[in-house]
Amino acid sequence: MTDHTLARAVPALPSRFERPGLTGFAMTLGILLFFMWSVQRTGVSLSEFIQGFPQMGRLVGEMLPPSTARLGAVGKALLETFQMAFVGTVVGVLISVPIAVLATRHLTPHPALYHLARNLIAFARTVPDLLWALLFIVSVGLGPFAGTLAIIVDKIGFCGRFFAEAMEEVDRGPQEALSAIGADKLSLVMCAVIPAAMPSFINTSLFSLEKATRSSVVLGLVGAGGIGIELKVAMDLFNYDEAATIILAIFALVILVEQASAWLRRRVI
Amino acid sequence: MRADDLVVRGLCKGYEGGAPVLAGIEFAIPSGQSVALIGANGAGKSTLLRCCMHLIQPDQGQVHLLGHDLTGLNPRALRHMRSKVGFVFQKHNLVPRLSALSNVLHGAIARSPFARSWLHGLASRELREEAMRCLARVGLAHIAARRVDKLSGGQSQRVAIARALMQSPRMMVADEPVASLDPSSGEEVMRLFSNLVRKEGLTMLFTSHDLSHAIKYADRVIALRQGVVALDAPSAELSVATLRALYD
Repeated sequence: MTDHTLARAVPALPSRFERPGLTGFAMTLGILLFFMWSVQRTGVSLSEFIQGFPQMGRLVGEMLPPSTARLGAVGKALLETFQMAFVGTVVGVLISVPIAVLATRHLTPHPALYHLARNLIAFARTVPDLLWALLFIVSVGLGPFAGTLAIIVDKIGFCGRFFAEAMEEVDRGPQEALSAIGADKLSLVMCAVIPAAMPSFINTSLFSLEKATRSSVVLGLVGAGGIGIELKVAMDLFNYDEAATIILAIFALVILVEQASAWLRRRVI
Repeated sequence: MRADDLVVRGLCKGYEGGAPVLAGIEFAIPSGQSVALIGANGAGKSTLLRCCMHLIQPDQGQVHLLGHDLTGLNPRALRHMRSKVGFVFQKHNLVPRLSALSNVLHGAIARSPFARSWLHGLASRELREEAMRCLARVGLAHIAARRVDKLSGGQSQRVAIARALMQSPRMMVADEPVASLDPSSGEEVMRLFSNLVRKEGLTMLFTSHDLSHAIKYADRVIALRQGVVALDAPSAELSVATLRALYD
């Protein structure tokens, strides 16, 4: 075979990278410039970070050994933190399911309800849980109830969106089969959609519980119950050894919840 | 003379931006007759079946199902009419994660009280016994509690047939019921399906790419080509070679 025929048999390879168009190039350049400006504005500095090491070392030194003087109170606050997360997640998930059905395009009874549900979910999601906690503290007072309410609203925003997406993505075949049998919309949701979307529901709910456990620690900082307030008081009074105990307790709780939810995921899904 | 269970008059259906899939389909199926609907891919067989149940709205034409014109029916009445027709799909369309028994119970959705046939845990003893009898008729009573996503293709299709039987239907419609099965399972399922339908004296309309099935299991064959009925003849007068010529 001659070189000439070989050249004809193997067509030219396309280039490895596509040459960007003018718009693509301008966008990349714009994002890069914005990043550099943001670095400057936020004062990100490697030298200052390195200079801060001794301070950090001093703090860690004062934290050790962690204090065991208030273990009982810390344990009680930790339990309250988890209870806030648990109740908030369970109630939030239960409220999210019907809202998510309304926010699922092919299941909603009316387009107006679809938009209403979507906007409600978006509103609940875009307002940070800390802000919800501040609002609920004003309405129901300081304490874990305000924090639990904040978690419920946060879960409606989080689970409502993911539940609706899961229901939109499930295989439509069983729904068509049940429609052909004469099922109404409620039966379709209960018999075909929810069972098919259940793995995603369980996954999202367990992830919500993990997220709520971490949130409920922070909510305590503004007085919405839980262990956060204990941490704030310990830090404000420079009781770093006690703060270390609280941080370790929070770490243990978060790891425990993550491990338990991973185990449940494996068992149920 | 037997009354017609399904009458289709001037049925047209097209999808946006494409040629019409169905262009004036006309036929009638008398009660108790078994009809095979054949045609190349894209000939409109599945669309026609779905239009017959108003799962897809036809653009024009009329469908009379079991003596009722489906065009003017309100959603409740339409659901009632659909409940009298068992529909078996190519991919069986069972609800995953649920047991075979729960899936069969869904066949009673239109006639059982609120929520009673959603899950076998909620169903009355009578409904559950009836569902078990339907499973027994397809030879699967022993796997009633097993999740359907753990079943083989052939078993899944038999559960789908049991679900259709649970409807106590007057007519059966099947969209390529054995297309996703291997030849041996396909033959077994088709034989079971046909025997059950004949034993109950039900009207049957099924689509198939297996021309020998069309001749063997149907009293009559209707062939679609380019959106119209290209052939409508008793299966006894047809051969596989004659039908194959319609695909050229």
